[in-house]
Amino acid sequence: MNRIKKLFQEKKNILSIYYTAGYPNLGDTIQIAEALQKSGADLLEIGFPYSDPVADGPVIQASSKQALDQGMTLKVLFEQLKDLRKHVSIPVLLMGYVNPVLQFGVENFCKACAEVGVDGCIVPDLPIAEYEEFYQDCFEKHNLSNVFLITPQTAEERIHKIDGLTNSFIYLLSSSATTGKNLEVGNTTEAYFSRIKAMNLKNPTMIGFGISDKQTFDKACSYANGAIIGTAFVKALAGGNLEESISNFMKKFRD
Amino acid sequence: MKYKVNEKGYYGDFGGAYIPEMLYPNVEELRQNYLKIIADPDFQKEFHQLLKDYVGRPSPLYLAKRYSEKYGANIFLKREDLNHTGAHKINNTIGQILLAEKLGKKRIIAETGAGQHGVATATVCALRNLECVIYMGEVDIERQAPNVARMKMLGAKVVPASSGSKTLKDATNEAMRDWINNPVDTHYIIGSVVGPHPYPDMVAIFQSIISEETKKQLLEQTGSDQPDYVLACVGGGSNAMGMFYHFMDDEQVKLIAVEAAGKGVSSGFSAATTYLGKEGVLHGSRSILMQTADGQVVEPHSVSAGLDYPGIGPQHAHLFKTGRGQYVSITDDESLEAGLLCTKLEGIIPAIESAHALAYLEKMEFKGGENVVVCLSGRGDKDLDTYIKYFNL
Ligand SMILES: Cc1ncc(COP(=O)(O)O)c(C=O)c1O
Repeated sequence: MNRIKKLFQEKKNILSIYYTAGYPNLGDTIQIAEALQKSGADLLEIGFPYSDPVADGPVIQASSKQALDQGMTLKVLFEQLKDLRKHVSIPVLLMGYVNPVLQFGVENFCKACAEVGVDGCIVPDLPIAEYEEFYQDCFEKHNLSNVFLITPQTAEERIHKIDGLTNSFIYLLSSSATTGKNLEVGNTTEAYFSRIKAMNLKNPTMIGFGISDKQTFDKACSYANGAIIGTAFVKALAGGNLEESISNFMKKFRD
Repeated sequence: MKYKVNEKGYYGDFGGAYIPEMLYPNVEELRQNYLKIIADPDFQKEFHQLLKDYVGRPSPLYLAKRYSEKYGANIFLKREDLNHTGAHKINNTIGQILLAEKLGKKRIIAETGAGQHGVATATVCALRNLECVIYMGEVDIERQAPNVARMKMLGAKVVPASSGSKTLKDATNEAMRDWINNPVDTHYIIGSVVGPHPYPDMVAIFQSIISEETKKQLLEQTGSDQPDYVLACVGGGSNAMGMFYHFMDDEQVKLIAVEAAGKGVSSGFSAATTYLGKEGVLHGSRSILMQTADGQVVEPHSVSAGLDYPGIGPQHAHLFKTGRGQYVSITDDESLEAGLLCTKLEGIIPAIESAHALAYLEKMEFKGGENVVVCLSGRGDKDLDTYIKYFNL
């Protein structure tokens, strides 16, 4: 059984952490993954940086830029991930924009993911129609899961379509926003989370965007199978000892 | 119809809607409604009334005598510089503001490079009393100061984009981020034939008034509605697409699109997209863009803020790839010289963007008597600082 499916069968309150490959230092990718696994992360989303990340707020824009300036590319990333599965056993997704994937070659990209043991991808600017037409066959051939996003504005019919195309989990955006906005769980957000919960989708859901502390994490977990933390974690990596920063950050969620 | 968009939103290999899910409802709403709204007789009536009484259309097709003598061909200038606000950009903003109203939107956002699109957007927002936020790169705020002042006077909020090269591409990123964060009630008026489908088609339709008028005017002035050449500069490509639109299927009409070579195509400071670019995805569509082998967008350079963009619209990519259009480039220096020449010969100070198209006349060879239309996309008031510094005037 694949690693993602297994995780969702075995665990509740899943904690997924996003970080940008090549940040704070070009060579930190595996070390961060190991430290996260050790300190209780259940799932990793490793971002491959892009020069024009339109869905991201200032923090992830800055980490992406620094990573690119330090020489991160998809080629470098796959080289770094060569021994991923010697160090890390939890599921790993790659997250990034479509243009670097196109230039790497969709087939090459899927093959490289499968070879290093990446379980799936999140490509926010790859829409459903384009995925079905140009990418799906290749993803499936290499057993890669593609994770789609839904927002409070996503129509019900479309949510069902996404559920049908998904074989891992659905990424519930807490609001339509670029990354890094704080989650304010007001009545409308709760109504939206409840509405999705009541749809009884066949796939599990993870809530992301704006989760920054134990309180918002627990709240998210009451509506979904878990939550994703990105900006708050990337912020915590700035300065200081990497291992310490990570274990201090994770203590807030896992004790 | 060979070069028009298909039902999936593609022009050959190019186009599509590569947008995050957050933008899907807005873009889909547009896709489902734009053709219907535009075809509505009430919309058409109001659109054309405003183009006539407010913008001052039809813009003249002017036979430039001294240019014609110099080059030995009949050089016509399509005078988009005479439009209200000084460029072709207002054709599109009038169309989109009416459309936004029909969709019930309350807030308008836009990106701008030269500031012409920002001014044209701020203008229609004042006209229709809608809130207006304009994103503009910090570098462009500096070099197009008069337009920044105009936007502010028109009541728009001008927000500096400080990432990347701090120019048009970055302003577009910020506008897209704004739209993601304001998913209800906001319409994004994209200023060129770029962005996710249906924007390239919608903007082309609004700008197609340029070639629609040109055909009629040519018929009156020359007895034929078919020129030998039409020329236009290309940033994202909206004035060029407007100029090409009704000539695309007349295969004997040669379409020449002039890109900005900056300091030279191989200098590392250029915006000559078809020459330097490869196929890829930027700002929501698959097109041709300047990028590294890893797919990172390369920062462009042009003296003209409106052409300082690393991509072109997907329909241009298609015209380029099929060979229907000829894509050439002109350097910063050549464009500024051409701007001064136009001023001296014809008494018209052109926008530096438009001067790129004029500069290409110098490189063409004419047998004599050909009819050539150049889209004079805008006036040079906004560029006086640059001209004055360059020529020590
Ligand atoms: C006068 C003028 N011409 C041309 C352009 C380039 O835009 P496009 O290629 O969309 O016509 C601009 C953009 O700001 C402009 O102001």
